[in-house]
Amino acid sequence: MHELSIIASLFEILQEKAQEQKATKIILVKLKVGKLSGVVPEFLQTAFDLYKKDTIAADSTIEIEAVPLKIRCRKCRAEVLQDDFVFICPACGSTELETLEGTELFLEKIDLEI
Amino acid sequence: MEKKELVVELDILGSNKKIAAEIREKLEKAGILVVNLLSSPGSGKTLLLERIAEAFKPNHRMAVIEGDIETERDAERIRRKGVPAWQITTGGACHLEAKQVARLLPEIPAESKFLFIENVGNLVCPASYDLGESLRCVLLSAPEGDDKPKKYPKAFVTADCLIITKSDLIPFVPFDLERAGNEALDINPRLRIFVTSALQDRGIAELARFFIERRVAMIQRHA
Repeated sequence: MHELSIIASLFEILQEKAQEQKATKIILVKLKVGKLSGVVPEFLQTAFDLYKKDTIAADSTIEIEAVPLKIRCRKCRAEVLQDDFVFICPACGSTELETLEGTELFLEKIDLEI
Repeated sequence: MEKKELVVELDILGSNKKIAAEIREKLEKAGILVVNLLSSPGSGKTLLLERIAEAFKPNHRMAVIEGDIETERDAERIRRKGVPAWQITTGGACHLEAKQVARLLPEIPAESKFLFIENVGNLVCPASYDLGESLRCVLLSAPEGDDKPKKYPKAFVTADCLIITKSDLIPFVPFDLERAGNEALDINPRLRIFVTSALQDRGIAELARFFIERRVAMIQRHA
């Protein structure tokens, strides 16, 4: 349960961006969270709602886009969505794979009032 | 009042990753291999480090950073082996972060060849935090069961090496070594697997040799 630490890091970025923009309020925070990011979107939501009190984002909502795990085979170039964490190419059986999406833990955008 | 949409596209753990990258660059150039040990509590990380310290003695100097919620106990155990050790007590936090390691760097003796970081016992949260290690090892003790890799994929996907511990207990607990290995290789085909028993001194010499080889490879990369 390290979602609260993640949210603390998120708020460091939010405060910095709000200051840069001279914003009075943050109204929406949008995240992209990969299946292999190691965090649970539901817990991020709870942690965000706890943390936002008495901050510039007190009245904001958080939107979390879950990103599935997408891998590409270096041998046959097949791209597949992988749900069960098996890192073997279903097309050719190769284990030479690269992860295209699904590890991200990104702050995508913020809606502000200035 | 004006409403503005600001596209940010920033990694939330970007500041941790940046500090970790700085640690890695600095210590790799100094010839120190940093090893991050991840596992659930009680899987045998500290005892394994005690055995590695014995195997390394006196040629390969090592230092240890211990992460725990509370107490100096693990650092004291390591110090009794003549190895410099620092304890980070997180006071409740479930993982170590790169900035905590960075603060201790000035204390690490320059002649060290290895820095082992024993993360807080937890197979979930530490997996998300890069500590600047050059090698990440995940430990799985036989009594925990052979079904853990797919239940905790992040730890196994991000690891370079899997160390099965307490292998002396395999005859007494439901743990299929082949199944554990295959499951781990399914989710991370590059994983190097070591089977150890700290009590019966099995697999320790091979593991120590692997750490030494990895350090040599690291030095060659920077030459």
